[in-house]
Amino acid sequence: MPVSGKDVRKIADLARLSLADTDLPAITEQMNSILAHMDVLTRVDTTSVGATDNVPGKGMTLRDDRVAPIPMNTTAPLLAPDSRDGFILVPRLATHEDA
Amino acid sequence: MSDWSKKYEMVVGLEVHVQLKTRSKAFCSCSADFGAPPNVNTCPVCLGLPGALPVLNAEAVRLAVRAAIALGFTVNPKSVFARKNYFYPDLPKGYQISQYDQPLAVNGTLHARIPGDADTHPIAITRLHMEEDAGKSVHDRYPHMTAIDLNRAGVPLIEIVSEPDMRSAAEAGAYLRTLKQILEYADVSDVSMEEGSLRVDANVSARLHGEPKLGTKTEVKNVNSFSAVERSLQSEFDRQCEMLERGQHILQQTMIWDASKGTVRPARSKEESHDYRYFPEPDLPPLLLATEFVKKIESTLPELPQKMRERFSSEFGITDAELDAVTADPRIATYFEGVARAHGDGAHAAKWVMGEVAAALNESATKIQDFPIRSTQLAELLDMIRDGKLSHTAAKTVFGTMRTTGKTAPVVAAELSVTQVGDDSQLEQWIEEVFAELPEESGRFRAGEKKLTGVLVGAVMKKSKGRADPKKVNALLGKYSS
Amino acid sequence: MRNIIDVTNESIGRATDLRYGPDGLNIIVATNRRSSIAAAEDVAAAYGSGTAMPLAGVPIAVKDNIATLDMPTTCASRVLAGYTSPYEATAITRLRSSGAVIVAKTNMDEFAMGSSTESSAYGPTRNPIDPERAPGGSSGGSAAAVAAGIVNIALGSETGGSVRQPAAFCGVVGVKPTYGRVSRFGLVAFGSSLDQIGVCARSVREAELATYVMSGLDPLDATSADVTVPPLPDMTGSARPESLKGLTVGIPTEYFPDSLEPDVRAKCDSAIDKMRELGASIVNVSLPHTALAIPVYYIIAPAEASSNLARFDGVRFGPRAASAADLRTMYDATRSKGFGAEVQRRILIGTYVLSHGYYDAYYRKAQAVRELISRDFTNVFGSGVDILFTPTTPTPAFKLGAVTDPYEMYMSDIFTVTANLAGIPAISLPIGRVRGLPVGGQLLAKHFDEPRMFRAAEALEAALGEGAHQ
Repeated sequence: MPVSGKDVRKIADLARLSLADTDLPAITEQMNSILAHMDVLTRVDTTSVGATDNVPGKGMTLRDDRVAPIPMNTTAPLLAPDSRDGFILVPRLATHEDA
Repeated sequence: MSDWSKKYEMVVGLEVHVQLKTRSKAFCSCSADFGAPPNVNTCPVCLGLPGALPVLNAEAVRLAVRAAIALGFTVNPKSVFARKNYFYPDLPKGYQISQYDQPLAVNGTLHARIPGDADTHPIAITRLHMEEDAGKSVHDRYPHMTAIDLNRAGVPLIEIVSEPDMRSAAEAGAYLRTLKQILEYADVSDVSMEEGSLRVDANVSARLHGEPKLGTKTEVKNVNSFSAVERSLQSEFDRQCEMLERGQHILQQTMIWDASKGTVRPARSKEESHDYRYFPEPDLPPLLLATEFVKKIESTLPELPQKMRERFSSEFGITDAELDAVTADPRIATYFEGVARAHGDGAHAAKWVMGEVAAALNESATKIQDFPIRSTQLAELLDMIRDGKLSHTAAKTVFGTMRTTGKTAPVVAAELSVTQVGDDSQLEQWIEEVFAELPEESGRFRAGEKKLTGVLVGAVMKKSKGRADPKKVNALLGKYSS
Repeated sequence: MRNIIDVTNESIGRATDLRYGPDGLNIIVATNRRSSIAAAEDVAAAYGSGTAMPLAGVPIAVKDNIATLDMPTTCASRVLAGYTSPYEATAITRLRSSGAVIVAKTNMDEFAMGSSTESSAYGPTRNPIDPERAPGGSSGGSAAAVAAGIVNIALGSETGGSVRQPAAFCGVVGVKPTYGRVSRFGLVAFGSSLDQIGVCARSVREAELATYVMSGLDPLDATSADVTVPPLPDMTGSARPESLKGLTVGIPTEYFPDSLEPDVRAKCDSAIDKMRELGASIVNVSLPHTALAIPVYYIIAPAEASSNLARFDGVRFGPRAASAADLRTMYDATRSKGFGAEVQRRILIGTYVLSHGYYDAYYRKAQAVRELISRDFTNVFGSGVDILFTPTTPTPAFKLGAVTDPYEMYMSDIFTVTANLAGIPAISLPIGRVRGLPVGGQLLAKHFDEPRMFRAAEALEAALGEGAHQ
């Protein structure tokens, strides 16, 4: 299943990566070259495998409902690249620009 | 605006998010409380710091299972958490931990009750799954910037998804009110739309009556009360009908309810196409729930509203309207039952709980669990009314004093000297005195002028300072009339 | 016992030696002399007052993707430039409480994505055995740190062979514990269902000790296993070639293809002979789905990575691309500038295989084939085989810059990824040299059978003696 440059753009968009137009053909080719090696899997008979066989038999252990946060040697606003009044600040969504 | 419902049918499905009442968050030990300064209730896990891992809160599972059982779901012995991938600044990890193709519970039914409608409306609920909440984005606080508060990020939610089974705004409203009531009874959430612990996304479409195919749906968001849900659905339905009537296609999009205008408008277009790329959350093994665990939770579940309604109806013989009122809230229902049991007359108890008690709670903004008059104490008051020891007016006074002093009805009645006098000899003595004081009227009364009864009863009441039992006085006066 | 402070000082001295810095072999990416010395003083005081500490004063270097409080944790990526974790990994906490002193962070492939340590934002690490060659990867810095004698024990991390492959290239021991044996809390995730903290060490016993110290259930990692930690090895005396009588060693034919370099095969054959001489019975076995491991791995690992790396968005920590006018531009710029080419390639592949319409064909199918690969091991271990022996890599260390095709690079993990896919423990140890370059032999065991794996490895290590490095 080869991908087109348009597909790669869409994927990059989902992954929040910007690709230069000049890089697109090379990246598309690389992806196709890698994906070509994956096609071997389509020919493997996996009918013996149940839908959830990969998950270990033991279920997950749960934690008690106690308030005991993992300590940090700083605070969220101090860790963030930009913050004010305790809030973390980010540039606004283009669609949310001041009305 | 014309009434489109004659030509078109409204089809509604609801997705309801409910915040579970836990002390800590779903996947970390941060406090789940509201109201802290921004980003104070955060840790490496809910901040999505590199290397942090989620561990599921046992109480969140217990509450989710409780909700599922209360809503008639089948709880899956094995459910799987999945990552829902999308970028948003209040979603710290770049994915939300949710459940996808193996949810906690499936195939529930809710019997929605429209007030005044004798029958309930069965509505199929597709699934109930657990997930974590996102943080809060504040867009209007600073110029050009969005402010992020992650205190809410990671708080446990359940999402309850109905089938598109509702056919009117009223039915959708009934579904929501019944759902809220059941979750309140199950005691899993504060279920407050105003505080955001219950959130509703409504999918609505319109089609010609008789048309088997569903129309294109839109999603209505930003509604913060049940009545707003109803109004927004009606508004969106009307909009769709008008478009269909003009031969236009409905666009699948998100509509925002504008409460101030009472209309819906399209959401500002999202920047991206959605592809959530769900896959099983590798940081969490599947959630396995033993049958015994589910059974145990089931056995601790309190009586649910429908059952309680039926029982109250047969036990106390009260009307539908009274049943609606006393079962609306589980704590009120318990209180009512206490009063009705101790007093014996359900209708009398219902009248007082819906009347004086409700008014008192409302006036003082107290919750029933903090109300100073306990159910047995109220029953004692009602007993006194029934036994003729207190007039209705005096009882209200006594009730007021009981509220402020916490004293019992007999004590308050005695202190206020408002106990009704029903003792024949005392009453006859007052009657004799009145006759003596009003010879003119008493003469005419004795001669058969019955219409003077009222005047004489009033005089006896006045003489007794309101304590005489008017019914008895009435009866005794009869003996003097020829 | 030598003075703990002196030992720490000497180790920091080596870690900060210019020969190992950016202008040299580029092994070490961070040190913190003051905090390491302070830690050593604390250990010395506790040890002096009689606290039992199996790693008292042992200097340890840590891969740059494991969270430490006193040195940056950057995953050798620009997207985490200058980032220091505000909390510490469980494995580090456990090492510290058993007396270990963290002296340095080591270079690695960016986000552990690579097999040569060439994708590091700090530039490649050079192999101490031959500086023209790659140390392997992604834990190339940790393997090189041990090979260069900076430390005897270094932590690495495994997703598809990232400890064993560089250990083999650098001529040291490399361990990947059973999935769930060591807590992943604080290990920056790459492929969460495959990741496991591992150990590079000079000897099998040191690797075993460090592994067990870090092992055991961690309430902060839901995938960590509630399995008893085996007793710590006795560190006194030298390793002995214990008898392997009663041990059945399986030789999987798929790991010895005709294309295997004859010299590598010859070294493996001598190692097999040694085990036979020690009393092990050697049997040929088959793991028929082995050839599918690389395609499966390069679907599952990037898929999980594409999601795990979404958090590097410039919002809550790390650098943010400057002067972005709106959120979308900030995201794209932060991530495109922050991630290197290989990481971006894997994010794209991972996003694609999870995307609508392709999930079933790629991700779901890969998970099903992964199960078949696991069953291969279950079947072999169920048939009376205790341990499997294979070469760790098809070739010794390649030259820096020699492998340019991504898929060709992926193939250097061909013998190691299976253990990650199946979750079983594995160890690589030096079994000799070819043209002066180390060759690694790999032992694989069933889930949580580390004790048997270490016993066999230590016997083989002792039996090979100096031959392991000739």
